[in-house]
Amino acid sequence: MHRPGMLSIWFFIGILLLAYGILILGAGIFEFLYPPPHPLVLAELHAGIWWGGLLIAMGLFYSLRFRPGRNH
Amino acid sequence: MQAITANSFAPALLLQAASTHLLSLSGVDVAIIVLYFFSVLGIGFYLKKYTKTGEDFFLAGREMTAWVAGLSFLAANLGSLELMGWAGNAYQYGILAAHWYWVGAIPAMVFLAIVMIPFYYISKTHSVPGYLKLRYGEPARALSAVSFGLMTVLMSGINMYAMAVVLKVVLGWDIYFSIWVSSVTVALYVTLGGLLSAIFNEVLQFVLIWLGALLISIIGLIEAGGWNGMVARIHANFPAQNFTHAWSTLGSFQDNPMGINWVGIVFGLGAVISMGYWTTDFLVVQRVIAAKDLRAAKLAPLIGAAFKMCVPFIVILPGLLGLAMLDTPGHHFLVGGEAAADALSHGQVLHTYDEVLPIMLARYCGPGLMGLGITALIAGFMSGMAGNVSAFATVWTYDIYRAMFRKNATDAHYVSMGRWCTIGGVLVSIGTAYLALHAHSIMDYVQELFSFFIAPLFGTVLLGMLWKRTTSAGGFWGLLAGTISAIGMWAWVKSVPSAVQYIALSPAAKPMAENMFRALWSAMTCVIVTVVVSLMTKPKTEAELVGLVYGCTEIPSEGHLPLWQRPIFWAGVVSCAFVVIQIVFW
Repeated sequence: MHRPGMLSIWFFIGILLLAYGILILGAGIFEFLYPPPHPLVLAELHAGIWWGGLLIAMGLFYSLRFRPGRNH
Repeated sequence: MQAITANSFAPALLLQAASTHLLSLSGVDVAIIVLYFFSVLGIGFYLKKYTKTGEDFFLAGREMTAWVAGLSFLAANLGSLELMGWAGNAYQYGILAAHWYWVGAIPAMVFLAIVMIPFYYISKTHSVPGYLKLRYGEPARALSAVSFGLMTVLMSGINMYAMAVVLKVVLGWDIYFSIWVSSVTVALYVTLGGLLSAIFNEVLQFVLIWLGALLISIIGLIEAGGWNGMVARIHANFPAQNFTHAWSTLGSFQDNPMGINWVGIVFGLGAVISMGYWTTDFLVVQRVIAAKDLRAAKLAPLIGAAFKMCVPFIVILPGLLGLAMLDTPGHHFLVGGEAAADALSHGQVLHTYDEVLPIMLARYCGPGLMGLGITALIAGFMSGMAGNVSAFATVWTYDIYRAMFRKNATDAHYVSMGRWCTIGGVLVSIGTAYLALHAHSIMDYVQELFSFFIAPLFGTVLLGMLWKRTTSAGGFWGLLAGTISAIGMWAWVKSVPSAVQYIALSPAAKPMAENMFRALWSAMTCVIVTVVVSLMTKPKTEAELVGLVYGCTEIPSEGHLPLWQRPIFWAGVVSCAFVVIQIVFW
């Protein structure tokens, strides 16, 4: 929906995914550098790193594409 | 609703069988969950300034795009009980559980989009009971509104209780803390921004549910060696049982673990229960009639249907992966709730079917990803609860309060009433959750009670939309007769369990089959009584039926649009994809 001055829901989603991506990527890198004593199944895939990266990419796309002031 | 949500999900048994909590959260996980709560509240506060009129508060200004309305339409149904309960069902019954996402949803959504939405939208009704008022008069609206309002807040409370139990079992959180924090958050953002806020947050929650749960299936498939590897492992573990075919075991009640046959699935689930739920339950229909125009309103359920077909990837697949990766030949790692509770009384810790999703989450997801997965569960719960309270606020304000108590108040007064009854609805829900904590069986009764109203209501609305001859008296008495017949059949089987052979046509039928057949008979009772009474009473004139009934209503043409922009084209695409999926998983 578009009302004058109203932020798009996709902008909110983009910002939240960006924040989540940074947190998850950070945790993934930490685990990569300091592996836990009892690793998870398939820990060698380092899911946190690539899933965090995916969230950052999605977050950047939505927060830029639907940023305030841009004509959607 | 029992037939649509997970039928075997049993929080009381889950709580009884749990010895200690399953998962532990790191600081990053807690930060992700806290950030989620701040986000949904922030959206509520932000949208308050855009929610001034009744149209804004109760129908989000009727300005939703097809995508927003479609995702919200699906998210309102995609609760956390759905995620955990159906993952547990898939572990117990195999891919048969996917029927509740395919034949139990897709045909109904397509039917809603193409056949029913034009009448809901063109009549400019605020609600489904509102449509009944226009078509049949006050008695039918009153019956529908009171039953819907009551059952919606009760169901919201039952879901709240179940969610608190899940958080207790999975994370060790205090039950009362979970109930109050989650419900106060939902009450705040819905009270502030009404349906607009509920819909915005539902879209956000929909994205989080997918991103939180998807990784389990992806990593699980990698571990199992792809789909074929998973199927081979399941067959190696249980060579005598068939967990991976959706239709080939439905020839008779005895051939599958669900104790149901294809008649129950196709006619009970597909033709009655799912049609009733997806086309007349105002919780989901409200999202669609908030669309900005008729074309968006027709596209919204089709977008919902496209995603609904894919939901088994994040719900059913983890259950199947559990069968492949957790189990060993001839031995289930997870057991039923009663068996787990019994084992615990002898000092042995066993986990229940319903715990399969958090167990798979703990198997694959480390810090951060775990928080995202738990956020998905909480988001699922809150989207379902917000759906309930926003629908309740609309029906209470427009179909009960305005219709019965104060007809001519100002728009501002009704918005204020909507805000107060949102808070009231949440408080009643909390009361129901407390009641369920002390009387567990109430959960089963409330779920069954809710299902009594859905199947007959579908018959009433459908005849009203498609048959000009249906009269006001026919609609009311048909709805009442269908509802009473459903209650009567349920009471009969409760008091004489062997009666299930007459309701479900087989002594081998299990409770799931009984639900399907009861819905089928109650809808047929509704239709027969409606037709007979209508033929004996005076119909409305055609002029009175304009905008309400097929044949008396001019549906705007879409002929000027290119093919790919027409809803009927996308209805065809969704239908073809649905058929292909059934063949692939036959």
